[in-house]
Amino acid sequence: MNWIAAVSIASAALAVAFGAIGPALGEGRAVAAAMDAIARQPEAANTISRTLFVGLAMIETMAIYCLVIALLLLFANPLLK
Amino acid sequence: MISPLVSPVLFHVGSIPIAEPVVVTWGVMAALMAGGLALRRRLKLVPSSTQAACELVVEAVDSQIRDTMRVDPTPYRAFIGTLFVFIFVANWSSLVPGVTPPTARLETDAALALLVFLAVIWFGVKAGGVRGYLSTFATPSPLMIPLNFVESLTRTFSLLIRLFGNVMSGVFVIGLVLSLAGLVAPIPLMALDLLTGAVQAYIFAVLAMVFIAGAVAEAAPESPSNERTPS
Repeated sequence: MNWIAAVSIASAALAVAFGAIGPALGEGRAVAAAMDAIARQPEAANTISRTLFVGLAMIETMAIYCLVIALLLLFANPLLK
Repeated sequence: MISPLVSPVLFHVGSIPIAEPVVVTWGVMAALMAGGLALRRRLKLVPSSTQAACELVVEAVDSQIRDTMRVDPTPYRAFIGTLFVFIFVANWSSLVPGVTPPTARLETDAALALLVFLAVIWFGVKAGGVRGYLSTFATPSPLMIPLNFVESLTRTFSLLIRLFGNVMSGVFVIGLVLSLAGLVAPIPLMALDLLTGAVQAYIFAVLAMVFIAGAVAEAAPESPSNERTPS
């Protein structure tokens, strides 16, 4: 195993690890805000949870980008030909 | 380990390789078409339970379009509804043993995102003409033309990566847990995967609605439905 492969594996792990931090914090804040809103206004729960789902998927996409980058590094690395 | 980025080729027709997601996609399409045709033959004024369930789906799609786009759902029902039903059934096709959902492969998602990209142009041109649609790139000011242009490409790309990443990561994690922990361990993950699949089908349809509504509302600002949609 040459050093490019070793660095690729390490950076794939780093990409997923650090890429998960931001979305995790963001999703936590979003869910907390939605809970607060539902507690204050239970009759708007339908609209709030629908918007929450869309927003969560948007935030989650950031982590998914990191996952895709990690998989590209592991399975389709252009430097390892 | 098999790379999640390549599709295994099952067989060849002449010199054309037919990959696994193509076969599953056509299977899903055939199942949906057969179900629809069989149901159409037995439509009644007093609905059977299957017909009532399907009417519920159509009404849910209609009310979502009305809520999100704030227009009459008739012109958009076919496209949005087909997107939602197809992605939903494709994501849940992993319930059939041995089937990988076609949405876990890059090509299927690229085709779906391309369809949304073209549909935005199609509905935008239909609402405001070619001139009206092109002028949406210059709102709010002509300085925004490059940014709006890049945005219309990147949001298509993020639509593709979002669906691919979510469904593929589910399949991938189930494969990993299965190879590490044995037969029964991945069942809770599969349940979570079904939830993710349903949510992602919904998200894809909602984002397609938001993009189309944005193009339509900006291309034809004199129409009564010129309320700006959130994006």
